[in-house]
Amino acid sequence: MKMEDDAMPDMSVEIAGVRLKNPVMTASGTFGSGQEFSEFIDLNRLGAVVTKGVASVPWPGNPTPRICETPSGMLNAIGLQNPGVETFRERDLKFLEQFDTRVVVNVCGHSVAEYVDCVEKLADAKRADLLEINISCPNVKEGGIAFGTDPRGVEEITAAIKKAAKQPVIMKLSPNVTDIAEIARAAEAGGADGLSMINTITGMKIDIRRRTYALANRTGGLSGPAIHPIAVRMVYQCAQAVNIPIIGMGGITDAESALEMIMAGATAVSVGTANFHDQTTTLRVVEGIRDYMEQYHVESIRDLIGCVR
Amino acid sequence: MAEKFREQGVVLSNGQIGTGIFDLKLKTDKIAAAAKPGQFVSIYSNDKSRLLPRPISICGADSETGELRLTFRVAGKGTEEFSRLAAGEKVDLVGPLGNGFPLERAFATDDSRNCADRDGAAESVGVKGRRVFLIGGGIGIPPMVQLAKTLTERAQAAGDTAASAGSPETFQASAGSQAAGANAVGFQAAPFITSVLGFRDELFLVDDLKPYGDVVIATEDGSCGTKGNVLDAIREKNLKADVIYACGPTPMLRALKKYAEETGTECWLSLEEKMACGIGACLSCVCRSTEVDGHSKVKNKRVCTEGPVFRSTDIEL
Ligand SMILES: Cc1cc2nc3c(=O)[nH]c(=O)nc-3n(C[C@H](O)[C@H](O)[C@H](O)COP(=O)(O)OP(=O)(O)OC[C@H]3O[C@@H](n4cnc5c(N)ncnc54)[C@H](O)[C@@H]3O)c2cc1C
Ligand SMILES: Cc1cc2nc3c(=O)[nH]c(=O)nc-3n(C[C@H](O)[C@H](O)[C@H](O)COP(=O)(O)O)c2cc1C
Ligand code: FES
Repeated sequence: MKMEDDAMPDMSVEIAGVRLKNPVMTASGTFGSGQEFSEFIDLNRLGAVVTKGVASVPWPGNPTPRICETPSGMLNAIGLQNPGVETFRERDLKFLEQFDTRVVVNVCGHSVAEYVDCVEKLADAKRADLLEINISCPNVKEGGIAFGTDPRGVEEITAAIKKAAKQPVIMKLSPNVTDIAEIARAAEAGGADGLSMINTITGMKIDIRRRTYALANRTGGLSGPAIHPIAVRMVYQCAQAVNIPIIGMGGITDAESALEMIMAGATAVSVGTANFHDQTTTLRVVEGIRDYMEQYHVESIRDLIGCVR
Repeated sequence: MAEKFREQGVVLSNGQIGTGIFDLKLKTDKIAAAAKPGQFVSIYSNDKSRLLPRPISICGADSETGELRLTFRVAGKGTEEFSRLAAGEKVDLVGPLGNGFPLERAFATDDSRNCADRDGAAESVGVKGRRVFLIGGGIGIPPMVQLAKTLTERAQAAGDTAASAGSPETFQASAGSQAAGANAVGFQAAPFITSVLGFRDELFLVDDLKPYGDVVIATEDGSCGTKGNVLDAIREKNLKADVIYACGPTPMLRALKKYAEETGTECWLSLEEKMACGIGACLSCVCRSTEVDGHSKVKNKRVCTEGPVFRSTDIEL
């Protein structure tokens, strides 16, 4: 039993002027818009819900199989299937109105114009607190190479989106680059209010029984515990390189893996693939971080952010 | 939306019923009581390096005892692990998931004439009850066991209601309001169930289906019943149905979709696809739909949520 006057540790954090009650969010694409998971957990207890990538018009996504399991992880090539921003606003954002949590809207596009169009269509969406821009999407103009792999391109797209956006802009970085810190600096130079990292790492699995690719798309993005040490390293490198807040993700399954990310420099964390294994993972992480803070007498989570230098 | 539960199932028994085929019985708290035929559960590996759930159809569910029956074939590492589960061990389960078979279609009277016309049974079909095929190919047979049992129980319950209500007129009158769905009382007449089962060679679950109607067997090697597949058996025996429920490998489902179109038979297919969340959040498991789907806004439907059972005319295979 806790004493009445036993002060709860302060778990709140701030990202680009937006206050979150705790640093635990969901990772885009693993949580829909929260509706399905609301049958298992109380969304009010999350720092934020990050919604599945949405584009200016509906996208059909890739052929199946879209996923496969790998040791301590999975590959996915969903292909950013989404119902388009109009339906998303009317249905998904409306659903989220009933909850006392922050909403981060993840945006995707095939061209700068498509991103800008989608961001403009979200301008007066009151329920969207932050925008998270997925720049791992195939750039149609550049022959399908992801936007997020060239620093000049990253700065340009960030600046274009910043000009159109009414909400703070978080750029979600691809780890499929040689120097992640360089990309982070480019996003900061373009005016980003924060960074989100990491997206999935490109991989491939072969089905030896069928002697072909396990995924119809041939390659897919690796996620889950298998990528956690890479994500921690990249968050750490970027935290040293920029002065904007970082949302850390990649293989978070429990409080320990979340705290590692926070100590490496993340202001908040997102739980992705682990939601598939246990629908209540996010809440376990919130509780586990609180337990850690009580055990080690940490008054504010902010004292842990980037404490490892 | 039907309720889903996450719970630990306790293994009651696990026995081998064929080469690489296992019959797992689990004690559940809520899942068995909520389960409908054609729904499935997500079963999780106790080896935490395997993150994703394995979807397995509900083969049996006892709402009173909470016993859940899953019958599966060892197909890889996860099912191999489940084959070694011993009584008393625990596994994480989420379910029941998916839509299940539309039971009311086995009792429907509205458009059942279309098909019945051809053999001159049009006038009597409403009273006679619909002819139902339960078609299972290989490891698609398990859900048919629970479906056969439930259809039979529903028909009995409806019969009892009709009997206690007295005259056949009352029975007819109440049947008019059954459109609301599966729970409606006043079903007109018990369906005639024929299970059509396709095997490679070795038979399993045949005895589980015998109490509910005729069982027709096809084997690829001809060791039992018709040599060939389920459609070969249907054609050889000149069987006809008003409604088909089927589960099995995609080539079988594709052939049935075509058969249903050619013969104008109502047909419901249970599909398989790789799943990550099992609850409708990740869009891993989609199939192609003929029309733009209300949820996805594209021609895609989630097998785990809008399915796994689809009307054959609503999907592309
Ligand atoms: C709705 C539904 C109901 C099913 N019901 C049954 C049943 O009652 N009995 C039965 O034996 N099998 C059933 N299956 C197939 C069963 O899910 C797979 O055989 C099982 O997941 C294989 O797991 P594994 O770890 O042994 O194989 P692995 O090949 O090691 O699995 C690797 C990954 O691929 C997935 N996977 C592999 N094969 C399939 C498949 N055919 N369908 C979907 N995912 C697959 C696994 O879940 C896992 O995530 C059903 C599938 C679906 C979609
Ligand atoms: C099935 C699936 C779908 C995803 N969809 C998106 C998406 O739409 N937009 C996006 O920015 N990231 C998407 N991601 C990436 C995750 O948000 C996250 O960055 C990544 O999975 C690493 O975190 P994890 O290891 O906790 O899953 C997706 C990941 C998965 C597994
Ligand atoms: S498995 Fe995630 S949507 Fe069906």
